[in-house]
Amino acid sequence: MTTITRSRLRPTWDDEPSIAGKLTKAVGLVIMVLVVVFPIYVVVLTSISSGKAINEAGGLVMIPDGFSFQAYAEVLGGGVVVKALLVSIGVTAVGTAISLSVTAMAAYGLSRPGSFLHRPLLFAVLATFLFGPGIIPSYLLVNSLGLIDSYWSLILPGAISAFNLVVLRSFFMGIPGEVIESAKIEGASDFLIFRKIVLPLSKAALAVIGLFYAVSYWNAFFNAMLYLNDSAKWPLQLVLRTYVLDGAPMQTASGTVDASSLGLAAVPVTSVRMAVLVLAMIPVAAIYPFVQRHFIKGVIVGAVKG
Amino acid sequence: MAASSGQTAVDTAVPAAATTRGRRKAGALRTRLRRDWQLLLLTLPALALLLVFHYVPTLGNVIAFQDYSTVDGILGSPWVGFGNFVYLLGDPAFWHAARNTLTITAFQLVFYFPVPIALAILLNSVLRPRLRALIQNVVYLPHFFSWVLVVTVFQDMLGGAGLLAQELDKHGFEGFDLATQPKTFLLLVTAQSVWKDAGWGMIIFLAALSTIDPNLYEASAVDGASRWRRMWHITLPGLRPVIILLLILRLGDALNVGFEQFLIQRSAVGADAAEVIDTYVYWLGLQTADYSIGAAASLFKGVIGLTLILISNKIAHRLGEQGIYQRS
Repeated sequence: MTTITRSRLRPTWDDEPSIAGKLTKAVGLVIMVLVVVFPIYVVVLTSISSGKAINEAGGLVMIPDGFSFQAYAEVLGGGVVVKALLVSIGVTAVGTAISLSVTAMAAYGLSRPGSFLHRPLLFAVLATFLFGPGIIPSYLLVNSLGLIDSYWSLILPGAISAFNLVVLRSFFMGIPGEVIESAKIEGASDFLIFRKIVLPLSKAALAVIGLFYAVSYWNAFFNAMLYLNDSAKWPLQLVLRTYVLDGAPMQTASGTVDASSLGLAAVPVTSVRMAVLVLAMIPVAAIYPFVQRHFIKGVIVGAVKG
Repeated sequence: MAASSGQTAVDTAVPAAATTRGRRKAGALRTRLRRDWQLLLLTLPALALLLVFHYVPTLGNVIAFQDYSTVDGILGSPWVGFGNFVYLLGDPAFWHAARNTLTITAFQLVFYFPVPIALAILLNSVLRPRLRALIQNVVYLPHFFSWVLVVTVFQDMLGGAGLLAQELDKHGFEGFDLATQPKTFLLLVTAQSVWKDAGWGMIIFLAALSTIDPNLYEASAVDGASRWRRMWHITLPGLRPVIILLLILRLGDALNVGFEQFLIQRSAVGADAAEVIDTYVYWLGLQTADYSIGAAASLFKGVIGLTLILISNKIAHRLGEQGIYQRS
């Protein structure tokens, strides 16, 4: 790898922009990044600030002044947040495993040109794009299946995304047919080809689709609100809404924290709220860097061809 | 190869016995089934899930034509024809929700839609690959946060006890709560959408920009076109097909504004500003257990949405674009 100099990056026919132009562009880009980063920075910083720093800032902290992980100790020491975290992690892990394997299987099953029935079945999948069943019949169905207050109600109704299936299918179709044909000649079954050839060749696409599923399970709020009456089973997003956004009193390690009174006396509450917010961000921010480099390869390619 | 040779083997064996075309066809089907049963088996779980959790509840929409009661179920509840729809069309709250939905869509079309295009053009002009990748990854990130989180972050920045109010207060101004103002709610939700999704929406425009032939830029630069003229005459026309396609898709999606986003904020700003068709369905259908009316409202929305999708797809084909689905 040679380092690319700036003069080589700019084509020779393109003249340097004016100073004013450069400045405008730089300001635009800085604003673009700051708008995203600044709120996250403030939230994270406040969550690790000491009560004293929060008091002095009068609420959210912009300039660090001593750190304290008191809020995390409080939140993770027990109570409603820990339970919700475990529920969210469990639902995300199980849901993603189910969704990804079922989607990948179907995507391969529908990806061989000329296979038996693949056109009508593909149409049945694509038709789900055009209309949604609506929340009321869905609710009544989940209710009549006895899934209310069951974690399966968070997983099964949205387990298959037709979009993800189509993206993965077009990725599979991009695998050279000769590879699969020659395996067939060697006597490999479709199961074997799927497991030994198609899956290993599609790691990038599987990673991206897996991330999409994982994020949708982690972020799912409405299904939980609809199907879980029992607040002891709530996932993190519902806890976030109820205690952090709406400010209901929250049970933590050292007793009840009343997030609705944001006077000076209750200032540590701010850091507790911010800590919950950060906990909801962490998994996404942690997986994201490993998967983002596949975005273009895994998704644009699939979406454009699909 | 193995498969096709299997087929010819049977094909040559069958004609001797088969006297009618029908029997031969049945034989061919059986061969194909024997050849492809593993593929079908792989597809089965996904189809089963779609059948149970998509197709069955879609059929469940028949309760829109009933006076549904949970005790009697779908089979036992009395049919009322279009009664629920008549009620709906006479309900001012429904029209209010519909009007809100369309206002929000129109507003976002003007103030949200161009943002990803502008961002893509701006970012495309960054020459250093490292810097570019860094900025790209930062602005994609909020797309992966949930609506609850985004709304909470906005409340902490602009709400009554938020950062803006706190800073204003410190400098002797009266702080105000932007998170609960019905008047500026439209601006607030659009700002939230921009924060969450503009970066992600940029991807498709960046992809389109990368397909524009650099020779065009070179030729026009040699001919003396300025930077701005090149953007106007090459970059924007290059993006045109994608822009048109997304506008058309947006039309089909006109009645779907972010459901969660509005549901979460409905209590803070009040139903007057935040009620959209989806939240109307939710409150009427599930909170007051008026299942049939709620289903009717959602079916009404679904049918109009589907019609808009089909119309926009037609327009897409007329304009020579690919449209939402390809005829293949």
